[in-house]
Amino acid sequence: MKKEELPQDKKIIHGEDNTLRKVLYVTDESGNYESAQSDGWEAENFALTQAWEDIDEHIAETREKVKKGEVSPIAYYMLKNLMDIPILASYMGKWKWVVKRHLKPSVFKKLDKKTLERYASVFNITVDELTKFPAAQ
Amino acid sequence: MIIENFEHHQYAHCESGVTVNLLRYYGVELSEPMIFGIGAGLFFGHLPFVKVNGVPGTTFRIWPGYIFKRVSNQLGVKIKVENFKSPEKAMQALDEVLASKRPAGMMASVYYLDYLPPAFRFHFNAHNLIAFGKEGNEYVISDPVMEKVANVSSEDLAKARFAKGFPEPNGRMYYPVQAPKTVDLTKPIWSGINQTCFFMLTPPVPFFGVKGIKYLGKKIKQYPAKLDPRRSALYVGNIIRMQEEIGTGGAGFRFLYAAFLQEAGKKFGDDELLHLSEEMTAIGDQWRNFAYSAARTCKARSGELHSYDELGDMLIDISGKEKDFFEKLKKVAKGKK
Repeated sequence: MKKEELPQDKKIIHGEDNTLRKVLYVTDESGNYESAQSDGWEAENFALTQAWEDIDEHIAETREKVKKGEVSPIAYYMLKNLMDIPILASYMGKWKWVVKRHLKPSVFKKLDKKTLERYASVFNITVDELTKFPAAQ
Repeated sequence: MIIENFEHHQYAHCESGVTVNLLRYYGVELSEPMIFGIGAGLFFGHLPFVKVNGVPGTTFRIWPGYIFKRVSNQLGVKIKVENFKSPEKAMQALDEVLASKRPAGMMASVYYLDYLPPAFRFHFNAHNLIAFGKEGNEYVISDPVMEKVANVSSEDLAKARFAKGFPEPNGRMYYPVQAPKTVDLTKPIWSGINQTCFFMLTPPVPFFGVKGIKYLGKKIKQYPAKLDPRRSALYVGNIIRMQEEIGTGGAGFRFLYAAFLQEAGKKFGDDELLHLSEEMTAIGDQWRNFAYSAARTCKARSGELHSYDELGDMLIDISGKEKDFFEKLKKVAKGKK
């Protein structure tokens, strides 16, 4: 990439400036490499925006599902914390299938205090926020 | 407490940047491209069955920890690398290292680093940074992707060092213990080149090296038939992210590698290396064209067969170019020490 082609496209995500000025290696007029700073590039900005749109949509959908009683609040907070089942399972120190079961409202209702506290601490919320969904939302 | 003579500089990639900043403190002054090349940092891998948040993983660099270890080994720098079982022990060990006036490199998850813009804070655990001071409850952090030094609370740093998922940092801390007064780069450079040629050309499975690029190209062609338009766009979007986000130097580290070949070529007065550097720059530009076209295809979200087909062809073409490139590079490096 030539120096004069270096893009300076700011990263606006969730309506806020998320630009992180980074270093790139570019060539000057005689083809010599040097480092230069860039605010970003529209292609990467698009890819990151798209990833966030997908996450936001999933969170919103899951919130509705929790309200309808289709999944437990753990499903919502898992997404809210950008986790998936394998990551959440390793934070909980549990098998994936066990965490997957806890996403069922019927199983969630029967969880003991200790397990709920563990989930709440992983999600950085209180047990009340976890169990009194959607009031806490 | 701050370690006085430590200098923070911003670089393209976290691990090579951490290595440059750490080695400079011990009097070994090398550029980032040089570290990246000697450390054989360039790679390619696509693992369709290793999914992160439902999207298959693609990498343009070698596994974490490799560059620091390889460079130190090649230059005769004695290092210490430690993993820990508990955050308490890991943080205590960090304090001891800092008290002995040694800046400490660490592997960390970006999720817990609140100096980064929120949109970047995913559960990405293979980030690298240096602590070189402690003020009250906060550590003074040199993160090579940042322009300036930042502070992180002890709690957040402990969480970042013990993040779960893949890969798990397990509190990994690493630092040089002793560095030689002078280093001869000739052998390390050729050795690094040979190692990268080996990584790119010889993996016996289709997921890695130049074969991996072709493999991904073929996979992309199948996306519209196998996935809904939204998934297809997310899969391709992730490739762009791995290729272009902070830490890659652009074009999936290809420009960083071209800069290395140029520096080595100038050092040795080797025209073949200089010529190959230009070729790698052209390949990097092709990767950028791919990212640009991929973003356009995703934006359309049409899931049209022909556009994904074209994207796949672009990668198959790049794969051929890189195969040809690394075979030539291997020939140039053959027998050189």
